[in-house]
Amino acid sequence: MSAGTATIAVPAVTERKQSGRWLTALLLAPSAIWFFVLLILPLAVVLIYSVGVRAPAGGYQAAFTFDNYLNLPARWTAFKNTLTLAPLGTLICLLAGYPLAYFLAVKSSARWRLILLILVIVPFWTSFLIRTYAWIFILGGRGIPAILDAMGIADVRFINTPFAVMCGIVYAYLPLMVFPIYVSLEKLDKRLLEASEDLGAGPFATFRQITLPLSAPGIITGCMLVFILLMGEYLIPQMLGGGKVFFIGNALVDLFLQSLNWPYGSAVAMGLVVIMLVTVTLYLRATAATGGRRDASLI
Amino acid sequence: MDRKDFIKQLRRYQKGSISRRHFLGVTGLGTATAVLAASMPHLLTRRAFAAGELGDQVNLTTWPDYHEPKNFEKFTAETGVKVNITVFGSNEEMFAKLKAGGTGWDVLVPTNYTIETYVGEDMFEPLETALLPNYDPKFYTDARFTAPGDVNGKTYAVHKDWGTTGFVVNSAKVTEKPTSWKEFWDLTNGAHKGRTMVHDYQLTTIGNALKYFGYSFNSNDEKELAEAEKLLIDSKPNLFAINSDYKPSLINGDAYMSVCWTGDGKQLQKTDPAFQYILGKEGGEIWADFYAVPKGAPHRAAGYALINFLLEPHVNRDEVLFHGYPVADKRVIDLLPKEIISDPILYPAAELLAPLEFGAAATLTNPARAEIMARFKSA
Repeated sequence: MSAGTATIAVPAVTERKQSGRWLTALLLAPSAIWFFVLLILPLAVVLIYSVGVRAPAGGYQAAFTFDNYLNLPARWTAFKNTLTLAPLGTLICLLAGYPLAYFLAVKSSARWRLILLILVIVPFWTSFLIRTYAWIFILGGRGIPAILDAMGIADVRFINTPFAVMCGIVYAYLPLMVFPIYVSLEKLDKRLLEASEDLGAGPFATFRQITLPLSAPGIITGCMLVFILLMGEYLIPQMLGGGKVFFIGNALVDLFLQSLNWPYGSAVAMGLVVIMLVTVTLYLRATAATGGRRDASLI
Repeated sequence: MDRKDFIKQLRRYQKGSISRRHFLGVTGLGTATAVLAASMPHLLTRRAFAAGELGDQVNLTTWPDYHEPKNFEKFTAETGVKVNITVFGSNEEMFAKLKAGGTGWDVLVPTNYTIETYVGEDMFEPLETALLPNYDPKFYTDARFTAPGDVNGKTYAVHKDWGTTGFVVNSAKVTEKPTSWKEFWDLTNGAHKGRTMVHDYQLTTIGNALKYFGYSFNSNDEKELAEAEKLLIDSKPNLFAINSDYKPSLINGDAYMSVCWTGDGKQLQKTDPAFQYILGKEGGEIWADFYAVPKGAPHRAAGYALINFLLEPHVNRDEVLFHGYPVADKRVIDLLPKEIISDPILYPAAELLAPLEFGAAATLTNPARAEIMARFKSA
């Protein structure tokens, strides 16, 4: 009898499993299609283009050659600029954003917190393009250099330098760093800080051993957000770099829109994708390892 | 309605806060016009467009500061068609965008040397000149400025204006009085480091670097291009910027010198007489711009109406007064004030014009030039 019920029950279970699978597939379908059509397919096109040659009047012509990849060193300066300024910009955003997020989450009173948070968001209400234009004037000859000149420091130039690009980057990306850190700090259990103090740890030791490890997820998210977006940055170097501080993004726009060299542009784009995959994987591994250790020591 | 009230309504209409129909209604002009038109049919010389015939918008792709904005307002008032404008920094970019497709452009303003390539790539339609009554080849003073619009015996583009590519110098800061491209580059790398701008445009930037060595502006010779590239890359640390939008930086004093087109030279001099426009004595570029209609233009009829409107001599005169580029249309020249006709920036002396060259079609598609420009920018 029991064997009989078992044989009846088995199909029922698999049926339920089956329908569960169908539901999962159905729910996943839109995002799967989205990823396939808008990510996998275009990436495949870029890959195919990257082994082609430039058509006589520009564009793509089918071929199979690795010349485009062998020619990548011709864009070395653009790669170098991106690979130095993107991590540096991320680091400065972190150093500037962390204290701000800490103040918002831990130090500010509940009454002020909302107002201060809104103030962080307010710049987003104006077009990014217009705000970057404003930096052109701030850093241009009639902006800060004119004030420095009046103070006796003559002939300082900011606009169209890496420094100007860095100003634009930190200004634009800071909120992206502040919010994830803020969220992770807001959940911080303040009793842990009191416990740490009771056990005789100084403020620095408490920060290093409690606050910092517990806000690590926010730091990692913020850094990833800023870094990944910065690697593809185009507008800021274009506007504040004056064509003198060139990112890979700018090189790509040039290759596709000015030189009409789509195959070489595709190879440069693949180069960027590979670099991103490698750096992001390494970064995640490194942070996962340290994060794991800290979790262990905390417990 | 008294005069003050009328002006008030007119201002509101101009600002767009009331519609044309409302304006004509409240001022009584609509009724008056209708009565006048009915009783005097011979007054209706301008082709009247029925509402909706042209659609409500037209997309014009052109260069920065290249049209009198009031003319567009006038066009919209006459036809009900709103003009959307896109501007570019180089012909290469304009060509690339149109080639990629899906632009929705109705009218564009290509430069002489590019038209042949556009036509070869089947991107322009032969113009239906019957739709352009204001276009009349017999009024053009110089065939060099109109001929590039005709390819294989068909008219694909009609003359807009012409000009030269020289350089502009802020004489308050640069006192050396340069007269040649050699001096332009030597000052860039010498006395005025960090104060020069060049166009983000291969034709003029590479062309004027070639001129430093006395080569042709259009050279596609490998060895000559290599020398030009070396000059560009060596000069790059001493440039203020690579940007075709150079007027703001010159006006606010960040830059002292720039490669410059006629009309920008004129506009800058109007702003501050210290700006001087100079044609390098080795030569450089002379060019002409055109109006063309791309194949598959979504608002084709409105596009033709816009070109025809802008070629109307009085409208075109106002265009010239705004942008400061000379035209080859005799009817327009006759309407221009004497100081414009005799202005050495717009109409330079013959001996300065003689060594100038028109851009060659081969420079647009030459991959070597494209790659040199891209390497220079990413250096």
